[in-house]
Amino acid sequence: MTETGDHEHSHQHSAGHEHPTQPDQDDSITYFKAMEAAVRDLLIEKDLITAEQIREKIEQMDARVPANGAKIIAKSWVDEEFKSKLIANPRKAISEFGHDIGPLHLIILENTEKVHNVVVCTLCSCYPRWILGLPPDWYKSREYRSRVVREPREVLQEFGTTISFDREVRVHDSTADMRYLVLPMRPKGSEGMTEDELVPLIGRDAMIGVTEVTV
Amino acid sequence: MPQFAVGEKVRVLSQWPPSPPIHCRTPYYIRGCSGIIERYCGDFPNPEELAFGRIEPKNLSLYRVRFKQHDLWDSYQGGISDMIDIEIYENWLEKL
Repeated sequence: MTETGDHEHSHQHSAGHEHPTQPDQDDSITYFKAMEAAVRDLLIEKDLITAEQIREKIEQMDARVPANGAKIIAKSWVDEEFKSKLIANPRKAISEFGHDIGPLHLIILENTEKVHNVVVCTLCSCYPRWILGLPPDWYKSREYRSRVVREPREVLQEFGTTISFDREVRVHDSTADMRYLVLPMRPKGSEGMTEDELVPLIGRDAMIGVTEVTV
Repeated sequence: MPQFAVGEKVRVLSQWPPSPPIHCRTPYYIRGCSGIIERYCGDFPNPEELAFGRIEPKNLSLYRVRFKQHDLWDSYQGGISDMIDIEIYENWLEKL
């Protein structure tokens, strides 16, 4: 083990004995960070928005979590009428849960015995943030975005998800004004469970389509 | 009004934007490929104008177009029924 690799060596640190330090991730100002700060400062300076409004927006975004989506999915598993409404008019159905998706359109992708759906945004990181919050880092990675469109089954396998060959894998590239939420299949063995008991089974990744829900 | 109907066969234009640079939402990998209209999504401001801050961008019809994976990639390793659905604006589509 090298001296810089870990801190298990026992000696007194003395002057002239410098350890290399790992730079903080936020100590470099990139072009876009500088531009964002400049635009933000100008907007505040010109009284167009306030720092408090910006903070509130960040707080609102951070409050959006995948459990919001899980509640919608669980209800659709126990309530056929709600499920039909959710698929026919997602905007209206999810407004019952207090979610406003703004100008965007939501499409519900129902997984069945015949079709497994998986979502990607190859161009950037489009994601149903108004429901699920911010996307995971892997969703934004170049690797996921470039591979899941051309070898979806291999990518799903890496998430531990095997889709049989007689079942269609349908990839959805979220390139424009639609956003997508996968409605996973209700798992076998959950027949006796209540809506509240089902919610914790439904994870973020199942609503993106890289996993299936299991009991 | 949308120009294409559900089920209609279309091809994505294979053009590469000329200079000056533009912004577009048609992924490179799908240009020149043929698929069928899965649905009409509505009319939305043209992102190619929106990106440059035009005050009143023209609305364009947006579709979801379905492609067979085996038509896109020679070495595709999945089932014959595997598909990919992509949102594409009308100005990038032509009738087949």
